[in-house]
Amino acid sequence: MVRTYVLLVWTWTRAAAQYPLSFTLMTLGGMVLGGLDVAVIWVIFTNTTTLGGFGLSEVMFLYGAACLSFATADLLFGNVDRISQHIRAGTFDTMLIRPVSPFVQMATDRFVPYRAGRVVQGAVILAIALSHLDVPGDRVWMIPVMVLSGIVIFTAVWVLGSAVQFLLTDAPDLTNSLTSGGATLTQYPLSVYSADLVRGVTFVLPLAFVNWQPGLYVLGREDPSGLPYWLRFLSPAAAAAMALVAALAWRTGIRHYRSTGS
Amino acid sequence: MGRCSTFALYLRLVWYGFRKHAAYRAAAVAGAFTNTVFGVLRAYVLIALWTARPGLGGYDLTDAVTFSFLSQAYIGPMQVFGGGLDIPQRIRSGDIALDLVRPASLQLWNLSEDLGRAACLFLIRSVVPVVAGALLFGILLPDDVVTWAAFLTSFVLGVVVSFGWRYLVAVATCWVIDDRGLSVMSMILTTFFSGLMVPLVIFPGGLGTLARALPWAAMVQVPTDVYLGKTSLVDALAFQVSWAVVLLGAGAAVTAAARRKVVIQGG
Repeated sequence: MVRTYVLLVWTWTRAAAQYPLSFTLMTLGGMVLGGLDVAVIWVIFTNTTTLGGFGLSEVMFLYGAACLSFATADLLFGNVDRISQHIRAGTFDTMLIRPVSPFVQMATDRFVPYRAGRVVQGAVILAIALSHLDVPGDRVWMIPVMVLSGIVIFTAVWVLGSAVQFLLTDAPDLTNSLTSGGATLTQYPLSVYSADLVRGVTFVLPLAFVNWQPGLYVLGREDPSGLPYWLRFLSPAAAAAMALVAALAWRTGIRHYRSTGS
Repeated sequence: MGRCSTFALYLRLVWYGFRKHAAYRAAAVAGAFTNTVFGVLRAYVLIALWTARPGLGGYDLTDAVTFSFLSQAYIGPMQVFGGGLDIPQRIRSGDIALDLVRPASLQLWNLSEDLGRAACLFLIRSVVPVVAGALLFGILLPDDVVTWAAFLTSFVLGVVVSFGWRYLVAVATCWVIDDRGLSVMSMILTTFFSGLMVPLVIFPGGLGTLARALPWAAMVQVPTDVYLGKTSLVDALAFQVSWAVVLLGAGAAVTAAARRKVVIQGG
């Protein structure tokens, strides 16, 4: 499965490399576009020293971690949200009869390597933020755990949103509100949001485990919403649970898929 | 063609643009939902900022929350993320040659359809986020007819300026063929300098002055200021009208150049 994935990714990458100018422009464009979010945080911090009780370096740390996880998930699996296009065009039928998992085919469909630009950007912001923060050596181990869990959670959100498209073929934008909405939500300290929203993204759709709960551990901060301390170690568990739910939803979607017949 | 029937033609195109987009209701409703989600998220960030800095940029907390939801309401009608015109596609396929020989202006033709599109998306995509914002947070609702009339005028002018800009970007495809790089650049400029991401009133110093003078401000910042009563109405409308004239004028010039280019290529 991994071999097929790598093979298909390589095929699409070579296809994209046929247009080097467009490829370069898109990579740069993606980075500048991501840079806009940083610019917005910068504009906000020209007006204040703290946002929701967090300073610029701390907000950049949370932003960088979320951006790195989101961009990696987007690069590797983000194209599954194109499924409604394939359902409507009837091309999903073709994928079902090929001897490769339809999930691998969807994830690599028109794989766009220039999204790697945003991965780099997230990593750079995270590194710069960390260099401004004094993270004690015995807390550093949480950073890779956090990023990996974040990648799994965002991938699961994408797959969930895409599985919903089996039902709502005409409204792919709904997936967008889940994925991009999740990315936007996690860019800021969750302390800016209302208590209900924070509980919702902790216990229902566990976006708080992408960067917020583990981030509080890395930063050595109290949870402003007063949730229990041990939650900050639960990111891997939340990621595993989300992955399970998403896999079940995807399977259910495929089992109940009916071709448009076109 | 008489002047009267010309007007009827463009009016009919407005209607066609409206109907074309009314056909994609499900997508537009999903868009309205997305805009609402983002309105809520932005509102919380702005609330955090305005709680730390009350009165920042001359806005109070309610103004800032109102700004979040109004700015999301513009995304559909003003196509803040770009696109909305099928010119780039038609340039790549060569169909544009057909459009250029029609006995009607390419620019006015597209403007008419775009106004119809904007009217349709206003109904489906703009009302929901604003109502949701009013119910969830409470937003400012002007209580006099004059402000509403002024806002409506400013809103329509915002759509025209947005069209003027998007038309230029679209016709530029004639020269670059692959329009994706241009669309990304246009999206960056528009989302940042219109005030969609954060109100331009909190941009620092020179950057703020520059942003408020650029055409993109006519799309999100100016109509919202008219709605909130934060600006002199005459200044606001004059700003929008001037940019509309400049952009449409540039569009007409570029169209003429494109026509010559197409002829040189042999259509």
